[in-house]
Amino acid sequence: MQNNVLDYLEQIAAVKPDKVAYSDGTLSLCFGEVYHLSRSIGSYLHRKGIYKKPVVVFMAKSPKEVAAFFGVVAGGDFYVPIDEEMPNGRIQLILDNVQSPLVICDQDTKAVAETFRLDQGEIILFEEMAREAVDDVALGKIRGRAIDTDPIYIVFTSGSTGIPKGVAACHRSVIDYVEHLSEILGFGPDTVFGNQSPLYFDACLKELYPTIKFGATTYLIPRNLFSIPVKLVEYLNVHKINTICWVVSALTMVSAFGTFDTVQPEHLHTIAFGSEVFPVKQFHIWKKVLPQASFTNLYGPTEGTGMCCYYRVEREFGEEEMIPIGWPFPNREILLLTPEGKLAGEGEEGEICIRGTALTLGYYNDPERTAEVFVQNPLHTAYPECIYKTGDIGRYNEQGELLFVSRRDHQIKHMGHRIELGEIEVNVAMLPDVRMTACIYDTKKAKIILYYVGELAKKELAALLRTKLPRYMMPNRIFQIEEMPFTANGKIDRMALRNREEEET
Amino acid sequence: MEELLEILNGLHPDVDFETKESLVDGKILDSFDIVSLIAEINDTFDVAITAKDIIPENFNSAKALYALIQRLEEEA
Repeated sequence: MQNNVLDYLEQIAAVKPDKVAYSDGTLSLCFGEVYHLSRSIGSYLHRKGIYKKPVVVFMAKSPKEVAAFFGVVAGGDFYVPIDEEMPNGRIQLILDNVQSPLVICDQDTKAVAETFRLDQGEIILFEEMAREAVDDVALGKIRGRAIDTDPIYIVFTSGSTGIPKGVAACHRSVIDYVEHLSEILGFGPDTVFGNQSPLYFDACLKELYPTIKFGATTYLIPRNLFSIPVKLVEYLNVHKINTICWVVSALTMVSAFGTFDTVQPEHLHTIAFGSEVFPVKQFHIWKKVLPQASFTNLYGPTEGTGMCCYYRVEREFGEEEMIPIGWPFPNREILLLTPEGKLAGEGEEGEICIRGTALTLGYYNDPERTAEVFVQNPLHTAYPECIYKTGDIGRYNEQGELLFVSRRDHQIKHMGHRIELGEIEVNVAMLPDVRMTACIYDTKKAKIILYYVGELAKKELAALLRTKLPRYMMPNRIFQIEEMPFTANGKIDRMALRNREEEET
Repeated sequence: MEELLEILNGLHPDVDFETKESLVDGKILDSFDIVSLIAEINDTFDVAITAKDIIPENFNSAKALYALIQRLEEEA
């Protein structure tokens, strides 16, 4: 029985060594090359004595970065992807958390990597590792000792305290996810993926792993094309891309501005979207152009390894209706729990909790925050059984389909990214001459609104904040105000801020 | 032009939009910025920027963007 994601790669490299696995349009790597690179990198790690350790991968998004991921796994380690799009302050927090002995970089990122504070870590170029002679005996031993609950990666997600949380996933949950997702979306050897998500989120599992499972091909679409909708669709056509799993905002970018009047996708037959609500109006535009294609809504938190629920959109939806998140993937269960820890009754709202192999291992080096959300199943005490509390509130509709209702806290979904408003607030509060701050989210206009009291000029605040937060967390509107509104019991009055925002815009 | 600069500054208060010439190529504006920018421009100026005009050349500077708006206003 398969217990390691590398089983996929080994099998496919033997059968289809010369087929393109990953391409960014300029550089392509075949399965044989990916396999060989991963063996070299694994051998290098072994020679350095780096085993069962987090290894940071800090490279430009490219097929080589994917090979580096597999190489880290081949060495018996787990990868921690970071990216130039992350501000340096945030990268440093991640490095402090994982204490990695090695940072793999490339010519594009080396200069930046050298500015980081690495307590005992070293920096190494990917190209140098790629030249390492393969040590088959050592790699064989590493595999022989591997078990499927060993970690495979750590990806970081927003944390309300200002410190990002590192979600560590293991082979078992990734294999479980890849197998079920592939079945649900009908991936196969002829699938040509057009990847949109950055490689430092678990969203990219959807393309990277089914590619080696089936011997499919993934195009890593250049990021700038998502600002040029006509060229983006032309790119899909040139590379005969037939399957996309994109965030809703990327799909909307294409449909909302009449792109299809100029150019239409010619090969697309499978479209999955997720991370936020897809406006039915935009969905209809896509459906009209691609009436034969399948459209699937996906839902799931990083802590549940990729996606957990799916809904194939087949019935008609009115523009005011919400597309459900549907049903759990096989081999995982959704429990809708009341605050008392009981199952929500029919039609009643409850917190969406996940049960099953899909659960990740928890937050890396962070037992406290792990214990808050990875908890004993409250429905029994008979044996230890962990569930993950998502903090999302859901309910079932009359058809028995699960609907996403709201959040329990200040976490938001903005342009497909999961953000804790608290993390923005903490970072603003740390700036000089800022006395008080509060963030709200305007769901309708999809804007993060920041209010602050203090002497710091708006322009300076934005410039300083940019060095601390990733750009998708940057407030879209900043207001300097005289004083913060408070509620009777002394909390910041977010409702008053919300009203104020509506008046101002 | 004033109104346009106001919209741009609302988006990124720390950028000097009057002088910057490579807003897209220099990665100051990303695709999400462009989406919200278009929505606001369409509202404010009563024009409709469509996909064929969403190219870096039209968004690289405030000047280029303003020229696009003027062209669309004339065509309307």
